[in-house]
Amino acid sequence: MFEIGLEHYLTVAAILFTLGIFGIFLNRKNVIIILMSIELMLLAVNINLVAFSTHLGDLLGQIFAMFVLTVAAAEAAIGLAILVVYFRNRGSIAVEDINMMKG
Amino acid sequence: MIVQALAFYLFAAVTVAAGVMVVSARNPVHSVLFLILAFFNAAGLFVLMGAEFLAMILVVVYVGAVAVLFLFVVMMLDINYAAMRQGFLQYLPVGALIGLVLVVELALVGFSWVASSPDAPASLAGVPIPPIDEVHNTKAIGQVVYTKFAYLFQMAGLVLLVAMVGAIVLTLRQREGVRRQSISAQVSRTREEAVEIKQVPTRSGV
Repeated sequence: MFEIGLEHYLTVAAILFTLGIFGIFLNRKNVIIILMSIELMLLAVNINLVAFSTHLGDLLGQIFAMFVLTVAAAEAAIGLAILVVYFRNRGSIAVEDINMMKG
Repeated sequence: MIVQALAFYLFAAVTVAAGVMVVSARNPVHSVLFLILAFFNAAGLFVLMGAEFLAMILVVVYVGAVAVLFLFVVMMLDINYAAMRQGFLQYLPVGALIGLVLVVELALVGFSWVASSPDAPASLAGVPIPPIDEVHNTKAIGQVVYTKFAYLFQMAGLVLLVAMVGAIVLTLRQREGVRRQSISAQVSRTREEAVEIKQVPTRSGV
């Protein structure tokens, strides 16, 4: 109970990851919240990587988490830029309106 | 030991609660603020795990840049968020079902892995963590990231550069009908086309 080990951190990460998936399904109409849910999932992945890094005594996990962080930041920047351009063109960001490329 | 455990439970509970609020808050601005809270507490968890550098990076990058970017976009776009929540409860069952399936799967993986894993020998570590009283975390990361993973580090920088260029190219627009300064046209004007000398007779207009 008071001995905090790998399992505790993995549990937190698993809960956060599930929350991210849940958020994507719950907010199907709102792209911004979907992007935020993806950020939550990436955070859960990072917690996993760092937890295993500490548990195994290997610094690689933390370095990899750093690169995950980089990609997450790039993804957020590009995603929000696309969102802004889409809103400028269509005046809405509702997910069900995004069907211009539908065949 | 007990202080560490209490800190862990505090950070973990606040992180999970903030995560719940991110996906369920009525107002997207509140969602972003709860996302910031979740990131702060995750940084606390990182500190507990002994990854201080990543914790500080998390605060700087996520809270300082990504969350503020989200806040900026949420506030800039003029959207009726209330209309977007229509059918919120309609998606609840399928979301809950998939979440439940995922939890069960993760639990299965977790239990079977813990049951079968031997204690990992430290010699398997690609980059062993040096003892903390000799080399602190930031220095240890710096010692490998600029040597062993230099190319990877450069690639990460390149990813960020491409993201930056992409975001600028996407949001840059040339609007029609806006008067703007054309420096080359100004500089290439000659005296002949700019100035005209008129001989005005006395006591009459031009």
